[in-house]
Amino acid sequence: MAEFFAMGGYAAYVWSSYALAALVMVGLLVATLKALRGAETTLKALEGSRPPRRRRARNGAAASPAAEVGEG
Amino acid sequence: MHRFANPARFQRLSAAILPWTAGATVILLIVGLYIALIGSPRDYQQGDTVRIMYIHVPAAWMSLFVYVNMAIAAACGLVWKHPLADLFAKAAAPVGAGFTFICLVTGSLWGAPMWGTWWVWDARLTSVLILFFLYLGYMALVNAFDDPQRGTRAGNVLLLVGIVNVPIIKFSVDWWNTLHQPASVIRMGGPTIDGSMLVPLLVMALGFTAYFITVVLLRLRAEIVQRKIQTMRLTEAQG
Amino acid sequence: MTRKKRRLYMLGLALLGLGAATALTLTAFEDNIVFFFSPTQLQTQDIGDRNFRLGGLVEEGSVSKMPDGVTTRFRVTDTVHTVAVSYRGQLPDLFREGQGVITEGRMINGVFQAREVLAKHDENYMPPEVAAALKEAEHFKANSKEQKPSS
Repeated sequence: MAEFFAMGGYAAYVWSSYALAALVMVGLLVATLKALRGAETTLKALEGSRPPRRRRARNGAAASPAAEVGEG
Repeated sequence: MHRFANPARFQRLSAAILPWTAGATVILLIVGLYIALIGSPRDYQQGDTVRIMYIHVPAAWMSLFVYVNMAIAAACGLVWKHPLADLFAKAAAPVGAGFTFICLVTGSLWGAPMWGTWWVWDARLTSVLILFFLYLGYMALVNAFDDPQRGTRAGNVLLLVGIVNVPIIKFSVDWWNTLHQPASVIRMGGPTIDGSMLVPLLVMALGFTAYFITVVLLRLRAEIVQRKIQTMRLTEAQG
Repeated sequence: MTRKKRRLYMLGLALLGLGAATALTLTAFEDNIVFFFSPTQLQTQDIGDRNFRLGGLVEEGSVSKMPDGVTTRFRVTDTVHTVAVSYRGQLPDLFREGQGVITEGRMINGVFQAREVLAKHDENYMPPEVAAALKEAEHFKANSKEQKPSS
C-alpha cells in the first residue's frame, strides 16, 4: 500500500497530476450544475409571477427576433 | 438537421440521453482509474511517471477534439444560422479550455522529472499553449459585445481562424525537431505503446469523452434556459 | 445563388486563403522553429559563438563523472558525427547512455559547454519485462545473423 502511494519516488508528480485533473473536471461539473439550477429557479420564478405568461410569452416571442431560441 | 436544432426537442432529447452519458462517465472513469493506477505496469524507462500519461494524453486529445467540434459548430452557426450551433460552441469552450489546462499542467509535471524541465518553447508545447489562449480568447470575445449575436459571430470567426492551429499541434512533432516525443498511438504503422498501457489510455479517453458529452449537454440546457429567461424579460419590458 | 450558399462559399474561400497563408508562413520560418541542431547540422551550418541547442543520442560508454562530482562529460551522436559535451549540474532522471538528449550551451574550444541538459524520450512505452524480452530477441537475432552470414 505504501509502495502504491510512493509511485516509485514520483508520488508528488503523479498524484498532483491526478488531483489537478479531478479538481478541474469536478469543478467544471459543479459550476455547470449550479448555473443550470440557478437558471431553472429564475425561470420558474418568472413564470410563476405571471400566471397567464404562456400565451403572452408566446405572442411576444413571435414578434421578437430571438424567438427561435426563446421557445422551448 | 434542423429537427434536432429545435431547442424544445433538444431539451427532451438531452433529458433522455443525460442519465446514460453520466452513467458511462462514472463507470469508464472508475474502471480507467483502476487500470491506470493499479492494473497497469510501470514503464521500462519512465517508471511510474508513465501513469501521468493516462491523464495527460486523453486531455490533449480532448482539447483538440473539443476545438474541432466547436469550429464545425461555428461554421454551421455562420452559414446556416443554427441557434443551437452557436450555443454549443459557447457551452463547450470552458470544457475545452479545462482539458487544455489539464494537458499543459500534467505535461509540466511529467516533464520536470523526466525531461529535466517544466517548460520549453518547442513547437508542440507552444502550439498547445496557443490553443489554450484561443479558448480563452473565444470566451472573452463572446462576452465582450453588448449585442450577444455580434459576440457569437466574432467568436465563430475566431474559432475558424484558429483551426489552422490544430494540424500544427498534431504534426509539430513530425515537422520540426521538438523536445516532445512523436505520436505513439495515432500514427502510421500502428501504436508503439504496449497493450497493457494502451488499454488504460483508451478507457480514460472514452471516460473523458463521456464526461465532455455530459457536461456540454448540461451547459446547453443551462444556456437554453438562460435564453428563455432573456426572451421573457425582453417581452415583459416591451409589453 | 442563395444567401446561405454565398456565405458557405465565402467561408470556404476564407479558410482556403487562411490555410495557404499559414503554410507559407510556416515554410518561411521553418529554420526558426527548429528547436535544436544535430551534430551533423553543426558540420554544415555555421552557428557562431552563441548559445544554441544540440540534440542527439548519448553515445554508449561515453558518460564519465569528473572527480569534482558535479561535472559530467559525455558525447552526443547522431550516429554520423559526435560532439563532446561537458555539463555541471543535476541530470534529468531519463538521462542515460543510448537515450536522446537536448543540451543548451555553446562551443568552447571544440567542447560543447552545456548550461542545461534535457532528456528526450522516444514514442515507445512498454513494461520492463517486455523491454527485456525485446532485447533478448534482438540479441538472439544478432547472434543468429553472425552464425549465418549468408542470410
